[in-house]
Amino acid sequence: MKTDIILSGVGGQGILSIAAVIGDAALNEGLYMKQAEVHGMSQRGGDVQSNLRLSDQPISSDLIPLGQADLIISLEPMESLRYLPYLKRDGWLVTNSQPFINIPNYPDVETVRKEIDKLPHKVVLDVETIAKNVGSVRAANIVMLGAAAPFIGIEYDKIAEGIKRIFTRKGEEIVEMNLKALKAGFDVAQSFAG
Amino acid sequence: MGKHLFLGDEAIAQAAIDAGLSGVYSYPGTPSTEITEYIQMSPVAKERGIHSRWCANEKTAMEAALGMSFAGKRSLCCMKHVGLNVAADCFMNAAMSGINGGMIIVSADDPSMHSSQNEQDNRLFADFAMLPVLEPSNQQEAYDMVYEGFELSEKLGYPILLRITTRMAHSRAGVVSRAQKPEREMECPANGRSRYILLPALARKRFKSLLSAQRLFEEASEKSVYNCYYDAPDKSLGVITTGIAFNYLSENYPGGFVHPVLKITQYPLPVKLIEKIASECDELLVLEEGYPMVEGKLRGILNNGKPVHGRMDGTLQRDGELSPDAVGKALGLSIETFYAVPEIVEQRPPALCQGCGHRDMYAALNEVIAEYPGAKVFGDIGCYTLGALPPFRAIDTCIDMGASITMAKGASDAGVFPAVSVIGDSTFTHSGMTGLLDCVNENTNITIVISDNETTAMTGGQDSAGTGRLESICTGIGVNPEHVRVMVPLKKNYEEMKRIIREEIEYNGVSVLIPRRECIQTLTRKNKAKKK
Repeated sequence: MKTDIILSGVGGQGILSIAAVIGDAALNEGLYMKQAEVHGMSQRGGDVQSNLRLSDQPISSDLIPLGQADLIISLEPMESLRYLPYLKRDGWLVTNSQPFINIPNYPDVETVRKEIDKLPHKVVLDVETIAKNVGSVRAANIVMLGAAAPFIGIEYDKIAEGIKRIFTRKGEEIVEMNLKALKAGFDVAQSFAG
Repeated sequence: MGKHLFLGDEAIAQAAIDAGLSGVYSYPGTPSTEITEYIQMSPVAKERGIHSRWCANEKTAMEAALGMSFAGKRSLCCMKHVGLNVAADCFMNAAMSGINGGMIIVSADDPSMHSSQNEQDNRLFADFAMLPVLEPSNQQEAYDMVYEGFELSEKLGYPILLRITTRMAHSRAGVVSRAQKPEREMECPANGRSRYILLPALARKRFKSLLSAQRLFEEASEKSVYNCYYDAPDKSLGVITTGIAFNYLSENYPGGFVHPVLKITQYPLPVKLIEKIASECDELLVLEEGYPMVEGKLRGILNNGKPVHGRMDGTLQRDGELSPDAVGKALGLSIETFYAVPEIVEQRPPALCQGCGHRDMYAALNEVIAEYPGAKVFGDIGCYTLGALPPFRAIDTCIDMGASITMAKGASDAGVFPAVSVIGDSTFTHSGMTGLLDCVNENTNITIVISDNETTAMTGGQDSAGTGRLESICTGIGVNPEHVRVMVPLKKNYEEMKRIIREEIEYNGVSVLIPRRECIQTLTRKNKAKKK
């Protein structure tokens, strides 16, 4: 088993919270893991990415080589395109459809959508709206995680257990909402993959 | 003991605690900050009373760490690479005195300048100081090297520089920790004066000691289990790696190395191991994260020995961090990509947060500055450096910590009017206060804006050394209290802010303006914590 994941978004969107759940599940599975992060408040509002590598064998590099990522998970559609040279030929792109526009020259939203559509394997979903429907917009990142879940190489149930472990101190209600968010994202991905 | 998922920074912190650390002394700086933060949050560190409070700057930090070592205890001092420039006076001379309790200095270098103004490689600084260096290749090694490093420092009698880079500092991996050792008892050196008083007559002796210690340092490198030789059949090339470059090489040979490899993680260079790979292989390739230090030594200026490839002959790029792809290319391996970045993708630079007080400071300042065609604004290091970018484009310079005040002074001396300095509260206490004294002593015509958000914001909101005392610091240094003006940077106050800025620019002398409003990030965090 070996999965190389690039997480991307805009500083402050919380890509690391997605990585934290995957990392927790991976460790519980006894997998090797390396995760290169971007830190510092100076990143706020700028493009950010994290390289997450999982394997049942020891991992050498903290960075994913070009053309070898199995999966790009992006909380922002334009940011999902920035790391395409890292995606392998049959890799998956899972991205939020809603743009985060904080620069004056943000490209035409329709053009961004068309560029994403060109890819053979993608899941595009409005994570904020889906999260709102299951309880809270704060679960948007977990909806995103659910949509990526079929491609991570860890069983869905194991990821759900990771969510339970991470959110348990926030109370049962929060755990339930996040599990619903995970499922909602997962269902969307199934419809794309199917 | 146990297995943890640690950032490189966290592995270093836990290792220091486990090795019997008594104090960490640091100033925040990306990518080193998380080492000290981890120790501040550690229950064991709290229980043992390990010193972990932030220092005013890297120099005060290193001197305090040396003092703790003098008293026989183990100390750690962490900084980003440019911090070592600030602490250089202590660093160079701690190499003269040597240490008593084990002392490790961490330099977190930032090749590719993810969050820095240069990419200096501090292995060269240690070479200059003639001190040993440890440069781990992964998080486990970082843990092990620090765990064993204090003892090594004590055995050799000198401080050790642990050099890491951004990818090591800020990447997580599984790390196995070891048994916790007790702290050392306080015990000052018996014949300390001959070592710690660097009067010329004594210093000359100390320098001879440092020179003769080089042989011991080299022996330690030759024997180090972290400097490894990997034999392989194809001897047309030998590859020498330093630090994390080893991982990028391994990534390119998942089935095992084709050429012999020498992995270096401890300096001074293990000469015998280098002789071995050089004598066995036709040519050498050097992979190092940072400056071509090893490569340069191997080539020499005559470059008439064995062919040496690396950053100096264009086999690898001369600047920036390495990657598995850059290393693969240098080895002539093919790299296939399948999708290009579409042309529509635009740059997205970081920006000041919405609601940040620096924004209001710049908005008001820019309006007044527009009235003075000759105005120059000297910036400094912090979130407010982002004022260089649109929409503000408010500063003309940003060089090093504290330079806003002193550069504005020099420019004012040269006739620039108005000469305005913009500096943050933490940067002011780090390196701005001495420059302010220069201004006061000459009654320089200068307007200094200390944009006070009551924290060290850029690195994530650490305590700022002068919070609550900036006015008294300024008047204590000698600024006329009438020209120390505090304001609240908010839209509703723009007219008042502009009036004060104008008045103080027109005042012929030293003025300090303090727009003060708490960092929006630390405020949000505090409010959240209150709700719980």
